[in-house]
Amino acid sequence: MVKKIFANIYIYLILLLMYLPVLLLIVFSFTESANVGNWTGFSWNLYPRLFQDQEIMSALGNTLIIALVSSVVSVVLGTLGAIGTFYLKRRNKRIVEGITNIPVVNAEIVMALSLTVMFVFMGTYIFRKSIFSFYTLLIGHVCLSLPFVYLSVKPKLQQMDPNLYEAAMDLGCTPKRALAKVVIPQIIPGVISGFLLAITLSLDDFIITAFLRGPGLLSGYKSIETLSTLVQAKIKKGPIPPEMRALTTLIFLLILTGVAVTTIYRNQKAKKIKTHSMKRIRYGKF
Amino acid sequence: MKRTLRFQRKYLCIPYVIFLILFIIIPILLIIFYAFTNKQGFFSFDAMIDFFSTPTKISILLNSLFIAVQTTILCLVIGYPVAYFLANKKYNKNGVLITLFIMPMWINFVLRTGATRDLLTWLGVNGGNAPYFATLVGMVYNYLPFTILPLYTAMLKLDKSQIEAASDLGARPVQVFTRNILPQSLPGIISAATMVFMPTISSYVISDTMSEGKITLFGSSIYISFSNNQWNTGSFLALIMLIIIFISMLVTHKFSNEEDTVRGGTW
Repeated sequence: MVKKIFANIYIYLILLLMYLPVLLLIVFSFTESANVGNWTGFSWNLYPRLFQDQEIMSALGNTLIIALVSSVVSVVLGTLGAIGTFYLKRRNKRIVEGITNIPVVNAEIVMALSLTVMFVFMGTYIFRKSIFSFYTLLIGHVCLSLPFVYLSVKPKLQQMDPNLYEAAMDLGCTPKRALAKVVIPQIIPGVISGFLLAITLSLDDFIITAFLRGPGLLSGYKSIETLSTLVQAKIKKGPIPPEMRALTTLIFLLILTGVAVTTIYRNQKAKKIKTHSMKRIRYGKF
Repeated sequence: MKRTLRFQRKYLCIPYVIFLILFIIIPILLIIFYAFTNKQGFFSFDAMIDFFSTPTKISILLNSLFIAVQTTILCLVIGYPVAYFLANKKYNKNGVLITLFIMPMWINFVLRTGATRDLLTWLGVNGGNAPYFATLVGMVYNYLPFTILPLYTAMLKLDKSQIEAASDLGARPVQVFTRNILPQSLPGIISAATMVFMPTISSYVISDTMSEGKITLFGSSIYISFSNNQWNTGSFLALIMLIIIFISMLVTHKFSNEEDTVRGGTW
């Protein structure tokens, strides 16, 4: 009993501490003061101000565009790569997997700098101009998430029944058709989780973006600003800008809704399976 | 006969492999090339000699290692009980609580770091008066979820009957913990430690924001060398980082292997 009380207190205390910074921002998103800790009366004004703030809105747009495009590219390349590698000879397979592991363990700053060095090198000796743009940024983000897509698709390929592909071929499918109709549907859960992972990695990234960005997207002729780089530039000079407190609240609500929906969905699914199997037991259909 | 051009499944990995070679392998080779050349592009050990003869650079490295060790230990000490309790169904019904612990990871990490700094500033602790403490707090805040997750997965795999057997055979609670629970959860501890240790050394944003630019970690020093166009020095630092990563990978690998053989031996 004592242990249970202690455990509960400990868990909720750590949880509270972990959420404290974010909670602070949320509370102070309902007042217009310049920094947190200074309550100047309740107001909703930060929310309209957030949506009128061109800088934040274009950074948000850039972040979403980069996350989506880089994740789609990663998913296509990574899924095809995982399928192809799965059917390689053992020695080649080990080489490809070894290379795949490099970006997983590599420090982000080393990855960002090595790519920067290469792009500067290419810019000075091959293109004779700076090649930093949306595309270099895209390559950086794909490098970041590609191995994770590969690693989430690979276990699904291993679980797959290899005879199904052969059966499809025997029944007259071309290899491409068999791949599309038999292999892809079986690995789709891995592809989806790889996609989600790629999105979160891209949304959270700072260093690669800071190094590899060039002019483009919603930033026009200026260097592409994402949420991470914008926030970093702001907090280097002072406290988090008031509008960003409102943004944090909205992001938090979005995540909370997402988590709540998936949890409820998962629990209902589990319950359904449970009642279904109970029925089967009752009617002796085993 | 078009047999040579026939589609094979393994051809699908060609674009993937080309991408990896172009954007992973070649850049790393370039870093190694720059680390061992001078400004004129000739082979030299200048960057290496420069690094080992500059005490500030070595002290930055040692300092980063020290902060990384402290962060790792703090994260493990705080996260271990959390993971242990959460793995118990009594406290973590439907797995909702573990999701709550992971949720902060989905808020942009620069924003989170800024929020932590603003909180500390509000409480009167900031980069101005306690840069070291502030950095440590920022690191722990950021990496705690990354520690809890692997520990939690390891705890779920704990063999409950073994723990019960230990206490039935007369082990005191402390002995049950040190002799049974701790060794059983060792793989989780190792993977949690690597999740924290490496990113801490190479982090730039957290130390820069939390200490208000007063503490330079190894990651920041790489960043600074490259911003000052000292490519050869910066590349050598990056190479050291790669070597540290490689060593820690070897250690992790060794531990996880040993764990397997120990398990295999007992059964």
